[in-house]
Amino acid sequence: MYERIITVLPVKKIKEKKQNITVWSFADISKTIDQWLNDWVGATWATVFEMVIAGVCVIGLFALLGLVLVIMERKVAAWIQIRLGPNRVGPKGMLQSLADTVKLLVKEGMTPDGADKFLFNLAPFIAMIVAMLLMAPIAFAKDFQMWDLNVGVLYISAVSSISVISILMAGWASNNKYSLLGAMRSGAQIVSYELSAGLSVLAIVVLTGSLSLTDIIQSQQNGWWIFKGHIPVIIAFITFIIAVTAETNRAPFDLAEAESELTAGFHTEYSGMKFALFFLAEYVNVFIVCAIGATLFLGGWMPFHIGSWEGFNHVMDYIPSSIWFFGKTFFLIFLIMWFRWTFPRLRIDQLLNLEWKYLLPISMINLLLVTVMAIMGWHF
Amino acid sequence: MTNEELKIQLTALFPTATWEEGTEWPTFQITPAEWSTVANELRTNDALKFDYLFCETCVDWKTHLTMVYHLSSTNFRHNIVVKAKLDRTKPEIATVAGIWRTAEFFEREVYEMYGVNFLGHPDLRLLILPDGWEGKNPMRKDFEDPINMIKL
Amino acid sequence: MFEEVAKTAEGDLVINVGPQHPATHGVLHLLITLNGETIKKVEPHLGYIHRSIEKMCESLTYRQFIYVTSRMDYLSAHINNHACALCVEKGMQIEVPDRAKVIRVLMDELTRIASHELWWGAMAMDLGAFTPFFHAFRERETINDIMEETCGARLTMNYMVPGGVMQDLHPDFQRRVKEFLVLYKRKIHEYDEMVTGNIIFQNRMKGVGYISPEDVISYGVTGPAARGSGVSSDIRKLYPYEIYDKLQFDEVLETAGDSFARYLVRLREMDQSIRIVEQLIDNIPEGDFQAKTKAVLKLPKGEFYTRVETARGELGVYIVSEGGTTPYRIKFRSPGFSNLSALDHMVRGGKLGDLVASMGTLDLVIPDIDR
Repeated sequence: MYERIITVLPVKKIKEKKQNITVWSFADISKTIDQWLNDWVGATWATVFEMVIAGVCVIGLFALLGLVLVIMERKVAAWIQIRLGPNRVGPKGMLQSLADTVKLLVKEGMTPDGADKFLFNLAPFIAMIVAMLLMAPIAFAKDFQMWDLNVGVLYISAVSSISVISILMAGWASNNKYSLLGAMRSGAQIVSYELSAGLSVLAIVVLTGSLSLTDIIQSQQNGWWIFKGHIPVIIAFITFIIAVTAETNRAPFDLAEAESELTAGFHTEYSGMKFALFFLAEYVNVFIVCAIGATLFLGGWMPFHIGSWEGFNHVMDYIPSSIWFFGKTFFLIFLIMWFRWTFPRLRIDQLLNLEWKYLLPISMINLLLVTVMAIMGWHF
Repeated sequence: MTNEELKIQLTALFPTATWEEGTEWPTFQITPAEWSTVANELRTNDALKFDYLFCETCVDWKTHLTMVYHLSSTNFRHNIVVKAKLDRTKPEIATVAGIWRTAEFFEREVYEMYGVNFLGHPDLRLLILPDGWEGKNPMRKDFEDPINMIKL
Repeated sequence: MFEEVAKTAEGDLVINVGPQHPATHGVLHLLITLNGETIKKVEPHLGYIHRSIEKMCESLTYRQFIYVTSRMDYLSAHINNHACALCVEKGMQIEVPDRAKVIRVLMDELTRIASHELWWGAMAMDLGAFTPFFHAFRERETINDIMEETCGARLTMNYMVPGGVMQDLHPDFQRRVKEFLVLYKRKIHEYDEMVTGNIIFQNRMKGVGYISPEDVISYGVTGPAARGSGVSSDIRKLYPYEIYDKLQFDEVLETAGDSFARYLVRLREMDQSIRIVEQLIDNIPEGDFQAKTKAVLKLPKGEFYTRVETARGELGVYIVSEGGTTPYRIKFRSPGFSNLSALDHMVRGGKLGDLVASMGTLDLVIPDIDR
């Protein structure tokens, strides 16, 4: 594999002159570290060190995201539910999720008697590993990407499908009928909604002509796809959001853990850190699908550009690319949290009806429209 | 129908019934053997149409048990009370769960609390008491539980 | 486990919902036979909170036993107490002063609103929407505060005594109730916005848990659950007690017989209760709040039965008296007990998700079922 970890991307041909604005960026930091390591230990060891650094960073980001998203979810929920939310630990309760994590860490991780011990203990790690793997091709800021894969979109849809295995594994191995039912539901649900998510992603791939996330971001230099692509892309965006909400088992599609029906679904028997891993994986998955949504439809780290308005675009470039990326991602996360605290849960047959009778035909026809649009060049 | 009219009609239908005086609703007593036919008649007779059994219970009179059925008609809005005297050692009466479905639960409760055997009940099992409950029926007057019952 | 699941996977899956389960709102135990997601049978197992209140009452005096009944249907504690007080008054032929009657009806209706509000939030939570629960509690708290001021308790008020009410109204009572009426009218549209009009909610509720009018009567289903099938069963209208025959209110009837109909009945019943409170709040007559009664009550020999309409349906109190100071036998015909008996009939053939939708609209309170 040629690609280096924390690559300094060769900036693509498109309008290179505007890109050398000196704002603080992750790209500079990674470039400096890369340079320094290369000077110090040589190219081979530098790659090894960089891999270690990247691994530590991913684990750190994983933990941090878990903490931030949990507290965000609780605060958003509290705001929607006219109450205060956590407000005791730390300033405005911001350390509450840290305290919860510590509590979960010291709790006993029990394994039920009749459970398949190997699968039962393996399942949370698979959930977490899948979530970590998905972080590889995401561009967090300009020129700041772990692995610029030329089939990034394909990689993401392939790897994200593995997460269903961890849920099925957990449900089956738990020796609990609630877990089994939750796992069965989850299997049916994720397999179905994968289709819509894939088709709506394909709309952007068709417009861009590339499976690489870098190319997709670069293609949005003169405006994000959601603005450039007319109504078909907006439809694709809405389908994508619905499908990924279902894929991450979030309300109103949280049938796998529907607490009023299945108590906690597939993770009924989990406790302590094993439960926390599932919990973290869920939130990191939410982050990742939102990051992908932001990359495909909202331009990723690309600032808000309007066609050829040089002055306006120039002003927008002063805002660091990482802020653009995280801003968009957290906006989408907020959207998904908003769904969760607003809608009632669907029933299993309604959930599958929604996918097979409505979303799938819509996204197929939509893909056709997008293809026609791409061939005729009807987008901006 | 007023209570008097109801009483006249019911007397004509069930001449063997013994009537109680001074009650809010017409109250009569029958023997357990009659109950099945009486209940059917009360439910199906077009002038009576007692389609709603709003209370079914049992009273322990120490010498005998009495089943008490409170019946109401949603058409005519008249109510009656039917009682049946049961032998205390071997209480048995026909079920009415097929006539009024609500009786299924009421009878299961009476079965475990008073030990009344409902003949023909579809699912006569313990409802409230825990599985494997042995011994006496707790609502009877001579029930003793030295641990949980406090004597005043 | 593997053998067991593999074996039952060919046929049925038997799961225990409860005794500890979020959807049962208490310690109700349902044994459910599933074929995939389809319910084949629901078998309630009761008794986890059975305290034998009926037996307990046999050793309590007529003044004492009323307090125990607050613990049956704790969400309509006032109405339970009211039923018992009415039964004792019927036996002793006590004439209750007008002021006490009005206060009792006011309290009953406020309790009904509070109970329906809790039901509304809890039912939305059963369907997976958490937010309505908190919004419902906002209004319910106000009622609880009003109760606390006058009765001294928020849940088990023990305010009704034979012959009237325990003490006079708090001086702030009228003002606080009027404030609540204003608040309620300003907020009630949120209920429709958040839940009733939601398409997912309607899809979950419509056509679910259908029960025909004949079955409603046969199963002894009462209260809003019966009125959702178009069966007139409001005791306040059919056999008026206290001053209900002089009040202007409608019996809310829906004909669809499904969960959504029962939902609408409860929601509109709150408006009718508000109507009653509005009629009475400015017209509380002056006078005694309690009739003069003897210190020791003795019911004459005989049998007495009263029926009242609680928030869940028809509550019957059947007292058999031997002429002593304690009842010889007492029977509470609780609405939840009969309503639960229809659950199996309602949900059979539905999906597992339909169970919570049907159970939610029956509004089961477990101590009321087990007693």
